[in-house]
Amino acid sequence: MTIKRRLSLFRPKAGVDQGAFEANRPLVEAINRRGILRGSLSLGGLVMLTGCETGHEGSIQSALRAVSEFNDAVQAALFRPDHLAPTYSADQVLKPPRFNAFYGIEDVDPVDASDWKLELAGSIGDKKPWTLSDIYALPRQEIIIKHICVEGWDYIGQWEGINFRQFLERIGADLKARYVAFKCADDYSGSIDMATALHPQTILATHYAGEPLKDPFGFPLRLRTATKLGYKNPKWITAIEVTNVHPGGYWEDRGFNWFGGI
Amino acid sequence: MPEAAPKPAKRLHPLALRIMHWINAISILGLIFSGWKIYDDYPILSWLRFDDAYTLGGHPETALQWHFLFMWPLVINGIAYILYGTISGRFRKKLFPLSIGETLKTIGDALRFRLAHDDITHYNGVQKLLYLGAIALMVLQVLTGLAIWKPVQFSEFASLFGSFQTARILHFTGMALLCGFVVVHVALALLVPKTLVAMLTGGPRLQPAPVPVPAAAPDASMTSN
Repeated sequence: MTIKRRLSLFRPKAGVDQGAFEANRPLVEAINRRGILRGSLSLGGLVMLTGCETGHEGSIQSALRAVSEFNDAVQAALFRPDHLAPTYSADQVLKPPRFNAFYGIEDVDPVDASDWKLELAGSIGDKKPWTLSDIYALPRQEIIIKHICVEGWDYIGQWEGINFRQFLERIGADLKARYVAFKCADDYSGSIDMATALHPQTILATHYAGEPLKDPFGFPLRLRTATKLGYKNPKWITAIEVTNVHPGGYWEDRGFNWFGGI
Repeated sequence: MPEAAPKPAKRLHPLALRIMHWINAISILGLIFSGWKIYDDYPILSWLRFDDAYTLGGHPETALQWHFLFMWPLVINGIAYILYGTISGRFRKKLFPLSIGETLKTIGDALRFRLAHDDITHYNGVQKLLYLGAIALMVLQVLTGLAIWKPVQFSEFASLFGSFQTARILHFTGMALLCGFVVVHVALALLVPKTLVAMLTGGPRLQPAPVPVPAAAPDASMTSN
């Protein structure tokens, strides 16, 4: 970017006098040294110095990301496609479920069922959008599983919805593609690996504890997979894409592990 | 190959051991400080939070990245250390036998400020107990960590620790005990600085060991002396 010097009303025509800086150079340098020392005393500060807020990553940040991607590969290798997560009984279910999003429950913007549509994109044979009544017409499966948040809390939830593998087969998705990505009404986004999408305990949930999902928990459609952390279960889904290009996601792009398997 | 000159006696802490010790120290500290930041998102004790000044990772996501980075050197280095200690006989020579009498005597001496530090090549009863305890704790931390990381993929194994929350509490308790060990360990190393120097330089050369004796059953051909 070039700066048109002459146009600035605040720039002295003769340029800034460097004399003041030269005269006080030892003082200016001492301040800098103190600042650096102060920063290095705090481990947290040390890491924040390399924060990626400005878009260009520091070398520590990119090393951490590289290890996180390595850990994605390790988790994919550890993943057991046919191994079922522990399930629980209906009397252990938390009602209502615990709310979580990247904002507070008071800011939930309910989805209007009448003009909601599920759009399909990518390597999918039949990309005709689905209405809610189309979705409700499909057979449903119930799973009572643990929701584990990356923060450390967990609860047992009773989810009902359409088996995701059967849905992907029904729409003619390329089951050999690598990723399934989700877009949500609240601008959240997420993606999972195909192996997880095809796991028998991965569903597009429409009901919780026998009733249609309530607004804060993803009405009308959300993902529930028994093999991943909470943030890997997008709510208020509006679009699904099957792709070979790594899609990332809201939290994942901010540094949370992409695979997020449990 | 020509016959080598007689090798100088081995040092108290051979180079391989010192490298493993410091890799372990860095990994443990990295795991503790990043673990504190992760803990802060959902504290176990209502009164306990860790200030950002004492944690590694400015955000929970960065702390998690650090934690899942340091787990690798901890586990790989830890396996190498346990193999080394077992195969070289270091564990057998330095950490065993563990005797209650010796441990009580050490505690008594310590309380009367009569603890001898002349011979740092010999570990007293309390040291043996602490080092064995720290090794066992770190193994347990890896196991409870695995149960928290993969409660579904390793569900059979994770259920050994009860629920997800009990595994989490055990992992937290293990951390607290390890912090206790680190404080005592560092304090004593600073009180007897030659132990710290020894872990950097290798320490005193050991008396050449008597011809290695087979560890198995008594050998009939051996004469007593």
